[in-house]
Amino acid sequence: MIEQPRIVKICDILEESANVRTLFFKRILDFMPGQFVMVWIPLLDEKPFTISYMQKDIAGISVLKRGIFTQALHAKKIGDSIGIRGPYGKGFHTQTKLNACVVGGGIGMASLATLVDALSDITIIQGARTSSEIIYKTRFPEMKLCTDDGSFGFKGTTVDFLRELLNTRTFHKVYTCGPEKMMYQVVELCKNRGIDCEASLDRYMKCGFGVCGQCDCSGQRVCIEGPVFTATELSRMEDFGRIHILKTGERITI
Amino acid sequence: MSSIDLSVHLCNIRLSNPTILASGILGTTRALLKRVAESGAGAVTTKSISNEPREGHKNPTVITFDGGMLNAVGYSNPGVDAAAREFSNLQVINVPVIASVIGTQKEDFARVVDGLSDTNFSAIEIPLSCPHTPGFGLLAGQGTPEATFAITSEIRKITKLPIFVKLSPNIPEICTVAKAAEDAGADAITAVNSMGPGMIINIEAQKPILHFKVGGVTGDALRPIAIRCVYDLYKAVNIPIIGVGGVSTGRHSIEMMMAGASAVGIGTGVYYRGIDVFKKVCEEMVQWMEENNFDNINSIIGIAHD
Ligand SMILES: Cc1cc2nc3c(=O)[nH]c(=O)nc-3n(C[C@H](O)[C@H](O)[C@H](O)COP(=O)(O)OP(=O)(O)OC[C@H]3O[C@@H](n4cnc5c(N)ncnc54)[C@H](O)[C@@H]3O)c2cc1C
Ligand SMILES: Cc1cc2nc3c(=O)[nH]c(=O)nc-3n(C[C@H](O)[C@H](O)[C@H](O)COP(=O)(O)O)c2cc1C
Ligand code: FES
Repeated sequence: MIEQPRIVKICDILEESANVRTLFFKRILDFMPGQFVMVWIPLLDEKPFTISYMQKDIAGISVLKRGIFTQALHAKKIGDSIGIRGPYGKGFHTQTKLNACVVGGGIGMASLATLVDALSDITIIQGARTSSEIIYKTRFPEMKLCTDDGSFGFKGTTVDFLRELLNTRTFHKVYTCGPEKMMYQVVELCKNRGIDCEASLDRYMKCGFGVCGQCDCSGQRVCIEGPVFTATELSRMEDFGRIHILKTGERITI
Repeated sequence: MSSIDLSVHLCNIRLSNPTILASGILGTTRALLKRVAESGAGAVTTKSISNEPREGHKNPTVITFDGGMLNAVGYSNPGVDAAAREFSNLQVINVPVIASVIGTQKEDFARVVDGLSDTNFSAIEIPLSCPHTPGFGLLAGQGTPEATFAITSEIRKITKLPIFVKLSPNIPEICTVAKAAEDAGADAITAVNSMGPGMIINIEAQKPILHFKVGGVTGDALRPIAIRCVYDLYKAVNIPIIGVGGVSTGRHSIEMMMAGASAVGIGTGVYYRGIDVFKKVCEEMVQWMEENNFDNINSIIGIAHD
């Protein structure tokens, strides 16, 4: 575990889609699929990201451009530096031999990518708003794709796709990461079909190691007890699918 | 557990054991306070609440080092109206809950206390001692005897709840400040807040790590200073003292009580030992008391004094 940010140089950059790019750097830590690191840009801010590529010597984070911080990450060039600390949180529970399905929505796919690498019998479903936002198309060519606007693959949501798929087959386990409303529906669907499920939650984070209380979800610290929770744990967390907590600590309905 | 009873009284509040969750650690939501209570704390304190919502400083806000922790969270909180909603229905928490109240001026403190008047808090704590948030605590001159007297008196006028005044370890005349609080009607002293501020520089980035550059030092590095403050305060004031700073084991807690603390706050200890640090500290206290033939926790309070 790296407790204070360690500076790494960006050694490669990959355009994943119109608004996602991956920054690669020297692998300086071990990482379980589903965990996260805190990425620091000195003088700017520090925010949570998952490791989306884990190779022998090189690791990568895939970044969706949203606000100031992710724009700054997109502006980084090969040779520039960022700070990394972690890994934090609990990852996915994996049983490599059993068949499983991952359901990723948008950038949530990044949290599932190293899990896909670790599993052998895996069905991958990715949902995006439109075809230009799909990521890892060449990395996972067997991926089932859904777009909201029908510009590529199945027209509709990943939940619709999964529901149809479950009419003809089943899985030992379903893993999901993406918009919380989507994950909520995936978890409910799996519950109804008697399938084991795990979801990776997203909450505003400050410390990342369980002291500041910012990332609370119904008394669970998403940075320590999560970000991955089992369906059983989620069924006890009233805020799942309903409430997020802003940087001020104020609750908002999602 | 054995027959040893760890319960203590703090200003007529009964605590089943002397450990208290310190302000600013996990106290952001009722759900987390409940969880800490269920993890063995004798009482819990909220994250500090101000009149207006505050986002706090940017990240990094909290970092660790080999001697403890450095933080400049910057008092992020949703403001008193949202906090009053968040901390309604405190009955679901089975230990006393302390509200930490902050303000920029004395009227500001009073507004927050007033805004919380429909809730079920057991006490009000006022930190006049934060070393890293402009407008508040030390950076607003609240750590002087005069300011402490004025703010405490203002709050005394509008609440019957016990008032705990939380002091900085930085101030050499800590006893004078504590006496000013006592004279103004404070019911207890919480000693201490984080010390410093300190700074940690990342030498590769050649920049301070905390976004606010400086932050309060807590944890192991703070403990000897906290112990000395509590030791001095025990002689200086007649009201009880809540000892806070670097406590993460039963031995630390006993040391703090021997210096004169009636109860013991734990913050950074949550990082060192997990959320059930409270239960662990209590078990270790009981074990130490058994081995050393103490059967009443109250008999160790202040025992280190001549
Ligand atoms: C465990 C975890 C893993 C993540 N992994 C990835 C990833 O692999 N790739 C990726 O692109 N994004 C990931 N994110 C989201 C990423 O942290 C945010 O997109 C980023 O912080 C946005 O910052 P910004 O300044 O660009 O945008 P802003 O305009 O500041 O915010 C855009 C959105 O990001 C959220 N956000 C901002 N700051 C934080 C913060 N400190 N903690 C959590 N959420 C925040 C905001 O609530 C808002 O919803 C992850 C988040 C979490 C909690
Ligand atoms: C991350 C963090 C946030 C804190 N926030 C507050 C706060 O909002 N109000 C306050 O009075 N003290 C705050 N403190 C100080 C603690 O309550 C406590 O006085 C200090 O940490 C010393 O105790 P410790 O060594 O057990 O952590 C904070 C401390 C930390 C580490
Ligand atoms: S981010 Fe601080 S407790 Fe989770």
